Amino acid sequence: MRDTRLRILTLLVAAAACAFAAEHESLLIKNVTIHPVTSSPATSAEIKGGSVLIVDGKIAEIGTKISAKGVKVFDGKGMDLYPGLINTGSNVGLSEISSIRDTIDLDEIGIFNPQLKAEVAFNPSSQHVEIVRAAGITTVLSLPSAGGGGGFGRAGADNPIITGQAALMHLNGWTWEDMALKRGAALDMSFPTIPNVPRQLQNFLGTPQRTYPELEREYKVKLEQMGNFFEDARRYAKAKAAGAPDFEPDPKFEAMIPVIEGKRPILVRAERERAIKDAVEFADKEKVKIIIGDPHELGSTAELLAKHGIPVVLGKTLVLPLREDDPYDSQYTLPAQLFKAGVKICFASFDVEFARNVPFEAAAAVAFGLPQEEALKGLTINAAEIFGVADLIGSIEKGKLADLILTDGDPLEAKTSIKAEFIAGKAVSLESHHTQLYEKWKERP
Amino acid sequence: MRSAISDQRSGVSGQPAASFQLSAVSFQPKDMPSLSAETSLGAAGTSARATGGWAVAFCLAGLFVATLAAQAQTVLIRNATVLTVTKGTIENGSVLIQDGKIAAVGKNLSAPAGATVVDGTGKFVSPGLIDCHSHTAVEGSVNEGSVSDSSMVNIADVLNPTDINIYRALAGGLTVSNVLHGSANSIGGQTIVIKLRWGKRAKDLIFEGAKPGIKFALGENPKRAGYPPDFFSATTQERRYPGTRLGVEDEIREDFTQAKIYQAKWKQYNERVARGEHPIPPRRDLRLEPLVEVLEGKRYVHAHSYRADEILALIRTADDMGFKIRTFQHVMEGYKVADEIAAHGAGASTFSDWYGYKYEVIDATPYNAAIMARKGVVVSLNSDSDELQRHLNWDAAKVIRYGGLTPDEALAMVTINPAKQLGIDDKVGSIEAGKSADLVLYDKHPLSNYAKVLAVWIDGHQYFDRDQDLKDREKLVAQKKELIDKEKADEEAARKKAAEERGGPEGRRRPEGAAPDAAKPKEGAPPKEGAKPNILQIGHQAGTDPVADQAKEGAL
Repeated sequence: MRDTRLRILTLLVAAAACAFAAEHESLLIKNVTIHPVTSSPATSAEIKGGSVLIVDGKIAEIGTKISAKGVKVFDGKGMDLYPGLINTGSNVGLSEISSIRDTIDLDEIGIFNPQLKAEVAFNPSSQHVEIVRAAGITTVLSLPSAGGGGGFGRAGADNPIITGQAALMHLNGWTWEDMALKRGAALDMSFPTIPNVPRQLQNFLGTPQRTYPELEREYKVKLEQMGNFFEDARRYAKAKAAGAPDFEPDPKFEAMIPVIEGKRPILVRAERERAIKDAVEFADKEKVKIIIGDPHELGSTAELLAKHGIPVVLGKTLVLPLREDDPYDSQYTLPAQLFKAGVKICFASFDVEFARNVPFEAAAAVAFGLPQEEALKGLTINAAEIFGVADLIGSIEKGKLADLILTDGDPLEAKTSIKAEFIAGKAVSLESHHTQLYEKWKERP
Repeated sequence: MRSAISDQRSGVSGQPAASFQLSAVSFQPKDMPSLSAETSLGAAGTSARATGGWAVAFCLAGLFVATLAAQAQTVLIRNATVLTVTKGTIENGSVLIQDGKIAAVGKNLSAPAGATVVDGTGKFVSPGLIDCHSHTAVEGSVNEGSVSDSSMVNIADVLNPTDINIYRALAGGLTVSNVLHGSANSIGGQTIVIKLRWGKRAKDLIFEGAKPGIKFALGENPKRAGYPPDFFSATTQERRYPGTRLGVEDEIREDFTQAKIYQAKWKQYNERVARGEHPIPPRRDLRLEPLVEVLEGKRYVHAHSYRADEILALIRTADDMGFKIRTFQHVMEGYKVADEIAAHGAGASTFSDWYGYKYEVIDATPYNAAIMARKGVVVSLNSDSDELQRHLNWDAAKVIRYGGLTPDEALAMVTINPAKQLGIDDKVGSIEAGKSADLVLYDKHPLSNYAKVLAVWIDGHQYFDRDQDLKDREKLVAQKKELIDKEKADEEAARKKAAEERGGPEGRRRPEGAAPDAAKPKEGAPPKEGAKPNILQIGHQAGTDPVADQAKEGAL
């Protein structure tokens, strides 16, 4: 009896959805295996022979028996439907050819630049937009810096610490305004560190010889500068809130208000154990929300990060071990180590040339111990949760934007092809400079 | 590939700003006319020495020589999916290894007496992977950048068999590498093919019977040393010809013009000697000799190239001068002149999907391999990277996505095709009876991005065993700790001793004007025995020698 009532209710809802759908721009994707990739096991089971009804760019209905009359229908021919993938750290839109400075808008001059906004220089016509999109990636976090933080060499006096605000960008749109899904999604920061540059290398580079105590002093100065900058930002916020008569607005400090209020996370690039520890300590002290980015040496920090509930944006899995005597798979196993410790992870490329290959970075982690479903979540729902857009993207759930990819298999496998793609409900082209060259030159007589 | 930025900036300058970051970055294209490859190697070496990594690396080498290579040479891998590459796939198949060769491949092979049986149930076997473009195991710089034709230099002279990247590559199923110079020069130098026989001496790495090669380079990289100073702000060096693609074409043409004259002089000399005359021999020219070998078909040309124009120009130069290009390397616009490449008979060794790191890849497309293959070019996928060489099987899967090649075609691009390009396809590159037993065992199909290498054999010797690697880790950690503790203890002892000699346990300051410490060895004098930690000795202490330990455990 209850069952019947439920069925009637479902039918009514479906009918209502149809009526609604007919009035609005809508699309029914049918005959697909839906992989919802939600964070809850209750809704994450795959749905064979499923359909997704899209109304006004959002997912209106998911099920096996959606009958929407009068709407456009897309037949998925039994293929797999996944949420669009997310690369949560790239230079897409801000860098075109990484060896030609004229094509790069990264790493502005200055140590503290929280007011810089990645989206305003995002080139919607960049070839990388189409190329990355064709690989099933519907959203990227565009970073205003090339990175390399908290690691091997990036601690010179002139190296930036805060490089600006990263923006989550949809890879479809006529202007950057169309494409900006979330502006100021995170503050991009490279944590200062004591560089580990061997003496011979310093000689070779012609950089001034500095002893360890000197380098340590520089590092401490930088930490102090950071502390002062945050302190100044707090005073500014206080003065503003109090309506001080001599208050003068300042874009730098204005941009820091959401940060010190804990509303805008800081994506802290911290490659080494020491930088990670320092960053956690710093976050504690300043009471700011941080996300660790591009770590390549965990040491004892996996548990520390788990304890503090700090998520991690992983850099490339496919990199060499840091030290000659590290296990050969030390980088391959790093994502699994974090997952096992209970840290929420997502994946990023921290570059532009290989931004499209981030699913394969995740797959490599699966080969070395990360559960496949966690790798997939790291490219979808976890990424959305970490950057506060889980209400918009990251899974196939009712009410979210219809960012969807249709594939002939597991999207983490290189051999799988992306057959169709939807961003905010719109079917997007999978054409790119790469496919155009292919189509043209394969026909050369 | 953020490395490319500094890599390229550093190209001509000799002052590669911040290129030390590269060694921590995976996709380092060493194939650039820069000093950064040297930088990264130098950095690795330095840090290793600093951490005692050298010692550990040697121990690791010792372990594998001891435990793996010494194992019985008769091995039967049974009940696996055997991907022969040239003769299809055998489900529930077996491969018999005897005397370093593949003795038999088939469905129901039985193990000869004394054979080691490897259960391949649910697992996959492929031929050892082959990388047609590598810089692994090159000690120091890959570019002799002072002249644009440095054909006199030879990779074989600078092979470093202890480069840890050899082992890391093995762990990814790689067994053969074509080791090349960088691309700073129009003609870079003599190259060799190696087998990744980790733990062996340098000369034992060289692939017996594989024809040596010579590296050519076209396009942006060899041009760079000829740029005017404005192009790269740090440039202090003199400009070096050539600085354009026109000049690169000319450089190679001029070199071969000279080589032909040199060849003719020797021919004339030898003819006169044959006639019983006693002429004065021509002066030997070590730069031109390898080029004469190219003219005589004794040495392969591997030409770094990007754009269609330069590829075509080199084909015409070779046609005019009467030699062959064996492979075009990278060959990013090969798809535009695939017919010409095929007609010349050259192979193409390309990247699966590189793009966006320099201007001359503006028309690179991951469909390159597919177009070239369909136009009759023998195509391989190479790494040019210490990292990428660790998973060429995963890279090969990309040609299924980009251009719809079959899994067999994909796998061929990292096995039999590079073998053909290197002229070693009669020995390696497929699983066939009579070929070298260079084999890889995986837990899943190697074209799956979830596949992991479990074991690797070269010439029937097992050089990689994942289980063993996992087991050895604890031992290595303990060994490293022991080295560090010993160093610390010795330092502490030396400090105490010095303090005592200065007068008292607290290390009281010597009174002003007092005589210098008599106990301190004079400058240039040999250190006192026991004053310094002797790292070499540590390896031989009881209980710390891995070889001895293995012997005790009966593994030898």
